[in-house]
Amino acid sequence: MQFLAQILFVIALVAGVGLFIRNIRRIIRNIKLGRPVDRKDNPGERFAMMARIAFGQSKMVKRPLSGFLHIIVYLGFIIINIEVLEIIIDGIFGTHRVMGAAGPPYNFLIGAFEILAFLVLVGVIVFWTRRNISNIYRFLGNELKGWPKNDANYILYFEMVLMTLFLVMNATDYQLQLKEAPYYFRETGIIGSFPISQFLSPIFEDLSISTLIVIERAAWWLHILGILFFLNYLYYSKHLHILLAFPNVYFAKLTPQGQFNNLQSVTDEVKLMMDPEADPYAAPADAEEEEMPAKFGASDVMDLNQVQLLNAYTCTECGRCTSECPANRTGKKLSPRKIMMDTRDRLEDVGAIINKKGKFEDDGKQLLDDYILREELWACTTCNACVEACPVGIDPLSIILDMRRYLVMEESAAPNELAIAMTNIENNGAPWPYNQMDRLNWADEK
Amino acid sequence: MAEAIKVPTMAEYMAEGKKPEVLFWVGCMGSFDDRAKKVTKAFVKLLSEANVDFAVLGTEESCTGDPAKRAGNEFLFQMQAVTNIEVLNGYEIKKVVTACPHCFNTIKNEYPVLGGNYEVMHHTTFLKSLLEEGRLKVEGGKFKGKRITFHDPCYLGRANNVYEAPRDLLRKLEVELVEMKKCKKNGMCCGAGGGQMFKEPEPGNKDVNIARTEQAMEVKPEIIAAGCPFCNTMMTDGVKSKDQEKNIEVMDVAEMIANAHDL
Ligand code: SF4
Ligand code: SF4
Repeated sequence: MQFLAQILFVIALVAGVGLFIRNIRRIIRNIKLGRPVDRKDNPGERFAMMARIAFGQSKMVKRPLSGFLHIIVYLGFIIINIEVLEIIIDGIFGTHRVMGAAGPPYNFLIGAFEILAFLVLVGVIVFWTRRNISNIYRFLGNELKGWPKNDANYILYFEMVLMTLFLVMNATDYQLQLKEAPYYFRETGIIGSFPISQFLSPIFEDLSISTLIVIERAAWWLHILGILFFLNYLYYSKHLHILLAFPNVYFAKLTPQGQFNNLQSVTDEVKLMMDPEADPYAAPADAEEEEMPAKFGASDVMDLNQVQLLNAYTCTECGRCTSECPANRTGKKLSPRKIMMDTRDRLEDVGAIINKKGKFEDDGKQLLDDYILREELWACTTCNACVEACPVGIDPLSIILDMRRYLVMEESAAPNELAIAMTNIENNGAPWPYNQMDRLNWADEK
Repeated sequence: MAEAIKVPTMAEYMAEGKKPEVLFWVGCMGSFDDRAKKVTKAFVKLLSEANVDFAVLGTEESCTGDPAKRAGNEFLFQMQAVTNIEVLNGYEIKKVVTACPHCFNTIKNEYPVLGGNYEVMHHTTFLKSLLEEGRLKVEGGKFKGKRITFHDPCYLGRANNVYEAPRDLLRKLEVELVEMKKCKKNGMCCGAGGGQMFKEPEPGNKDVNIARTEQAMEVKPEIIAAGCPFCNTMMTDGVKSKDQEKNIEVMDVAEMIANAHDL
């Protein structure tokens, strides 16, 4: 009987972790569909940035209430993982509170977990209230209707249940120890300290030892199965950020926000055009140049780079970007959060085709038009407010820009007035139809 | 204030076999837009007053390509950039100053990979350095005690982390500097960047410049100080649409300093 529980535990653990590894590999495969991009420079600076922004949550506290609550939930999450380690050891070897041998430090740890679990519970309830009852602009966006909203709530319910299970497990364990139940009781005294669950404990006082054991075991099992389930739920959820925030911040852009990347393929062509020696009708020098010219800009996820795709998986849908976006705040369709969500949705759809068919086959859809509308793209002022606001270092603007590049350079589909301004730049060296020769007239004007 | 000002060109310097201390990059707005031209002139007067040996490119200057790049026309941008860099390198330019944050950002950050390496400064940073070197004096004059708020241009502030130079200059003008709720890193766009200046906005419930002007009006300024010709136009239009042009002026920092000097 004892062994049966251990065997079941190992099966659950292997299945849970195995599935999780499969999911992670799919994510990596999907991200690799993007174009390579070199972000290996300045590792020192990148580590420091990761420590500050991802580990230290420095951007979260820009909004003090949600920042503070988030830090509690985050700490709770990290620290309770130590508890999970004990659960795993206990589960495999059929022991009970194996780390209890450590004595007072262990008691302190369990006490700290309890307090954190309680704070997490409070934090999560406030989060739920903010999200569902308070009228907070960034939680009202259209893109949050349906699954994204449910997803956010599921996570909150989940955390509530997990924390409650943890406290119930401790409360019944405490009772069992008081009642000197075999296997729970140790001669050395009470194992663990229960600053929070001692208040729950009286509820269980009158129960028999066998009932208590059933409740304790049920809480223990549900707690660990819940965690394994949660691990696999991540893949389907905005909650993936608890893992990806770290690499995502590490690979974020280090150059000034106003500096947009340079398209090398364009540079090569411009060089050719500007070189008076070059013969435009000359045959390409070698076979390499006969290859299909690279597509300019992005119309689908495969045209984006790998960091942009990582960004899409990392987005937590918090909407801090959108609530700072001047276009969104003035009622335009553009929402940088939606840009990220659309990119992830499209990437997932592409991934699903690959899962099914072994490789990508055209499904008649693309990121442009089928997910992101031109109207959204053209509303952007390239102000970088979204980039600044994102607590996990996402750059929605770079995707907007790459898609504009596709519209302009591949489709010549800029809004008419913009197209005129561009023609003027080309012909007159200014966005207006003035003559370049008049450029110094201001000096003579009174 | 009436007589035309002397504006030497690079070609003239070259003809004399001399090199100026700094090239003043005027920009399209600064060259052609009536409002921005006033800023250009004010800045030139300050340069002359501080005895700065400067030159402009004049008819050899062309659009930096900023609106093209941000609208997605990388081709046009690079064509513009390469042409401009050729001219700048031909004159062996080392130092560039400009009153337009878009030109500033583009020349400073996007020209180097294409072969254009210069020390680039926004005019407020340059004026501040003149002040520190004791070449320019800035004092309150008619601005003393006035309630003024500074609107951070996205391409100067968030994009390049220049927040203090314009504010330091305003403080020297002995004004009462009040900050909007959204300022510095969290400043809000005037609505003109990314090519928006040249097109109608997408449908929404408000124009961006109106929303930004409302934010500025919340702090009840007598003057909204700007450091960008695009912002200047957008905020001026915003103030007009609120019928507040009699109560609130929109002025470039350089204009204010020149005005305080009665230049
Ligand atoms: S850069 Fe574009 S998407 Fe981002 S906040 Fe500014 S206007 Fe919105
Ligand atoms: S891009 Fe960043 S700020 Fe915007 S919703 Fe996603 S995580 Fe939040």
